[in-house]
Amino acid sequence: MTDTSDTTTGKPDFVEELMLLPLDAWHRARGGRMVPFAGYEMPVQYEGIMAEHQWVRESAGLFDVSHMGQLLLSGENLDAELEKLIPADVAGVAVGQQKYSLLLAENGGILDDLMFSRWPGGIYMVVNGACKWDDIAHLREHLPDAIEINHMDEHALLALQGPKAFDALNRHVTGEYPLDALVFMKGGKFEIGGVPVYISRSGYTGEDGFEISIPADQAAKVADLLCGEPEVKPIGLGARDSLRLEADLPLYGHDLDPETTPIMATLNFAVASKRRRAEANFPGAERILHERENGPIQRRVGLIVEGRQPVREGALVLDDQGNEVGRVTSGGFAPTVQKPIAMAYVPTAMAQIGTRVTLSQRGKIHHGEVVAMPFVPHNYVRQGASK
Amino acid sequence: MSRYFTEDHEWIELDGEIATVGITDYAQSQLGDIVFVEVPEDGKEVAKGDDAAVVESVKAASDVYAPVSGTVVEGNAALEGEPALVNSDPEGDGWFFKMTLSDTSELDSLMNESAYAEFVSKL
Repeated sequence: MTDTSDTTTGKPDFVEELMLLPLDAWHRARGGRMVPFAGYEMPVQYEGIMAEHQWVRESAGLFDVSHMGQLLLSGENLDAELEKLIPADVAGVAVGQQKYSLLLAENGGILDDLMFSRWPGGIYMVVNGACKWDDIAHLREHLPDAIEINHMDEHALLALQGPKAFDALNRHVTGEYPLDALVFMKGGKFEIGGVPVYISRSGYTGEDGFEISIPADQAAKVADLLCGEPEVKPIGLGARDSLRLEADLPLYGHDLDPETTPIMATLNFAVASKRRRAEANFPGAERILHERENGPIQRRVGLIVEGRQPVREGALVLDDQGNEVGRVTSGGFAPTVQKPIAMAYVPTAMAQIGTRVTLSQRGKIHHGEVVAMPFVPHNYVRQGASK
Repeated sequence: MSRYFTEDHEWIELDGEIATVGITDYAQSQLGDIVFVEVPEDGKEVAKGDDAAVVESVKAASDVYAPVSGTVVEGNAALEGEPALVNSDPEGDGWFFKMTLSDTSELDSLMNESAYAEFVSKL
């Protein structure tokens, strides 16, 4: 018996010594099974992916995402300089607001996806763990020397996700204003058990939740406090992958890469600013705006696969003649949906909801249908919405 | 009756002419939640080491190899509706397929229970 595919661990491009997370011992003490991911040994699961997935959908799970890169950019003219590299309206983001954006290559291909917020002293940015060194190099190369890039590698990052995340976190948070002043995509400075933290109401599971940046040497204290709450259990990367897949959240290196543009990836909201589109001065603007206007050649869709067998990354989408016309970029068994689901890139003509697709995996034919995403409705607490 | 084990974590138990094949408790614990099992069809001839079945967990697909050569006589139909049997009873009701053996001496190259236990303890 041997693995033929593995959608959660991936394979590092280079074999070097794996780094340890600040909470490495904490995970092992709680039975986390550690696997190599993004250059770190990371917990893939504790009690089991299915149970952990369900727990996050119903209660609250604590994820260690300290492998991700936390950067603090500061310096004169930062907004305008950063806008040369990402398509977001950076200048329009006030202190405490957070936005999703993309680091774009010259041709409009995606180098990474990221979240950024304005802090009083600059722009705080969270980038993918597997890309962070390339991202830092890219930023350093393209931003003027006067702009400082501080890699906050002395900070851990925890994500508390799920419908009971607020209740559990609220018992431990103190700050200048109450935690419920934070709505989706807002952030601010607080304390948890006397530890200074930056909390944003965001995450990558489709549930309500928070990402918490903590000085690494005090991360275990905060993790202990949160996991001491009855609603909270530690959750591994395996469930993070199945949760984000159900929530229509693409994963860099799988659903997004330098061959993909924001429009192909159906991330049109990442180029939503009228001003930025009018200025058309972000990388690949001409191509991206053309695709936005006229449609891309291929685009990302969601599939429900018939039967019980999951169709995974790398499976082919075939046309009526059996030619390869697209490719599955993420796939697995969806614990909440209780069916195999997938994300795939298909020709735009096949991207209509309800289109039947033929898939080929390891010589076997599967059938599926294009469906609306997300597969599971988002549960974000948005501005102005009643609780 | 005696049970034999492979380094790839299959078990095989010969009862008269017919042998039953499955994956070990260690294997299922490594795989995690099993969501799909594809068992071979009756009459399929397999050589030792051939892909004989596929087991899929939430996160990954794995091949199950034929521990010895022979002919499949029955796949475990119960796994179609309840793949989680492999998690709950891997070395019992969660068996994968039954086969006849073309060369029983191939069993000699496999591990017995205690040798397998020692093998697993070093992983």
